[in-house]
Amino acid sequence: MAELTYLQAISDGLRLEMRRDKRVYVIGEDVGVYGGAFKVTLGFQEEFGPWRVIDAPLSETAIVGSCTGAALMGLRPVAEMQFADFVSCAWDHLVTVAAKQFYRAGTPVPIVVRLPSGGGFSGGPFHSQNPESSFAHIPGLKCVCPATPEDAKGLLASAIEDPNPVLYFEHKHLYRRIKADVPEERYTTPIGKARTHREGEDISVITWGAMVYTADQAADELAKEDVSVEVVDLRTVLPWDREAVLESVRKTSKVLVLHEDTRTGGFGAEIAATIAEEAFEALDAPLRRIAAPDAPVPFSPPLEKAYIPQVDDVVAGLRELAAY
Amino acid sequence: MAVAREAGPVGSLTEVRQTGLDREDLLTIYRNMLITRGIEERGHILYKQGKIPGSFYTGRGNEGSAVGIATAMRSEDVGTPLHRDMGVHIQRGLEPWRIFANYMGRADGPTRGKDGNVHMADIRLGMISMVSHLPAMLPVAVGAALAFRIREENRVAVGWFGEGAAARGDAHEAMNFAGVRRLPVVFICDNNQWAYSTPTHLGFATQHIADRAGAYGFEGVVVDGTDVLAVYREAKRAIEKARAGGGPTLLECMTLRMEGHAVHDDAFYVPKELFEEWAKNDPIEHYRTWLKEQADLRDDEEDEINAEIKKLLNDAIKRAEESPLPDPSEVATQVWASPEDLDTPHHK
Repeated sequence: MAELTYLQAISDGLRLEMRRDKRVYVIGEDVGVYGGAFKVTLGFQEEFGPWRVIDAPLSETAIVGSCTGAALMGLRPVAEMQFADFVSCAWDHLVTVAAKQFYRAGTPVPIVVRLPSGGGFSGGPFHSQNPESSFAHIPGLKCVCPATPEDAKGLLASAIEDPNPVLYFEHKHLYRRIKADVPEERYTTPIGKARTHREGEDISVITWGAMVYTADQAADELAKEDVSVEVVDLRTVLPWDREAVLESVRKTSKVLVLHEDTRTGGFGAEIAATIAEEAFEALDAPLRRIAAPDAPVPFSPPLEKAYIPQVDDVVAGLRELAAY
Repeated sequence: MAVAREAGPVGSLTEVRQTGLDREDLLTIYRNMLITRGIEERGHILYKQGKIPGSFYTGRGNEGSAVGIATAMRSEDVGTPLHRDMGVHIQRGLEPWRIFANYMGRADGPTRGKDGNVHMADIRLGMISMVSHLPAMLPVAVGAALAFRIREENRVAVGWFGEGAAARGDAHEAMNFAGVRRLPVVFICDNNQWAYSTPTHLGFATQHIADRAGAYGFEGVVVDGTDVLAVYREAKRAIEKARAGGGPTLLECMTLRMEGHAVHDDAFYVPKELFEEWAKNDPIEHYRTWLKEQADLRDDEEDEINAEIKKLLNDAIKRAEESPLPDPSEVATQVWASPEDLDTPHHK
């Protein structure tokens, strides 16, 4: 085991995959000489050369579209969007081409697109979004959203190994803030399996990504009030672990769904609907959702703080549920 | 002002032999063009009979361009042909009965009923299945070329697009990236002069699409797309240049879309004189005349070829009609691939 930041774990995982599998290459803007905007691929070009760590023109369409062509020829591309927000320029190539190719043509498209996502540092409307819900609506894609360094490494290995197009959402706010012990050897973390971040008896919080830590801090507050909160980290939103969520809800009987993305049509709505369909009789209180308001991500610190769900917001929501 | 090179016609049999085609190859080209047109004519009838759901698209007028380019490719080369490029699938060996089965939404079509029209390809034949967002296939072709470059293989990818699709950003990004990296890819523009009802002067401001090639750092060539041998010669040159490390070429094949966008469209917006003018340049008739004059195509050979194709198409339609419709239980199967699905010749 070695203590790694979330960012180092991604970097470490990617390097291990590239060493063990010559089919894996990296392509993106500034990923080569510069090592990526966040330095995830720092030193990669020296180790793997310019044709496996490819500095692309500013062309998200060509980056992701070419990944599909290369994957169909047997390679295992890993594309980096400099910011998750820019994936809008590659929408067609994920949604129209890659996601539907196996269903239509029977040819798998094993590509990974890394998406530095999330806010919390005044990135504004174009450098802070969490677009996972948009893609979770697209049959044929997979969407993973690791919250811990250990999962960041294991889910990246699984994503590269997976025969489908996988969107790998890495939360920028966790890059250097979160550190933990990570196994040094290669391992995979299964796509579609949630983990219990914190066990509890009274209320379940269903969340993923950076909100796992927000939920955990809120749970610390509730613990002082003798309310035991369980935090379920979904880890992947497509496919998502319905059984783990329903099991937790049936155990605690109260549930709060929390995400950093906007509320309407956010993935929390799918979770809430599933709980209503499958575990209605287990509920002792109306389900609560906490999410960003239906607005673009604002720039100025007080606005951004009002936008991204804060520990206090979650504490208030949990207190209401506890009192119900 | 045109900046692309305008390629001339091919003259004699001697000249053709210099490009590597023998008489048998020339007859194969003829056969493939006839099969291509035959499939689309028969498909049109089946559509009118209600045996083909959805819509129906043909590439009438483009048979020479499609077959000429596919003939210039090697078996290890790959491509992303579009809906006017049936001839590519025929030349690569996709069996006509499977094409009819796909038109009819049957279980034995290449898409097993999951997609229709010409949205099909057999990856085992090196073809990648198109999507309706046509220029999207260009970055995919570039990606195949990138894979060949990364693995240092002597293979070439061919990407097709129309002059309408040339207006989309995908075309620009694909060509720019391919030019920057000198990738082994050849871009084929099927310029049939009409993007649905939109004429070229409302689609782009240069004389030719191929004029853009210089801006991406590679060569642009314009060729008469109704002259299969000229298309073949230019495609061969571009493909072998790419294989030798010379980078991309943009080859623009000039034709006229001889029917509507799809069969529901009577193309009232195309001037009649234009149809009359281009009808004189029918690629099949043009080539047939050449074969008679330059390669001694005999009447008995022609009869034999026609009879053979008639039987091929009759048998193909019969076999396609015998293919079952897909089972409704398959509606949401094969959405995600499993590891064992990676066992294709290209994925290995």
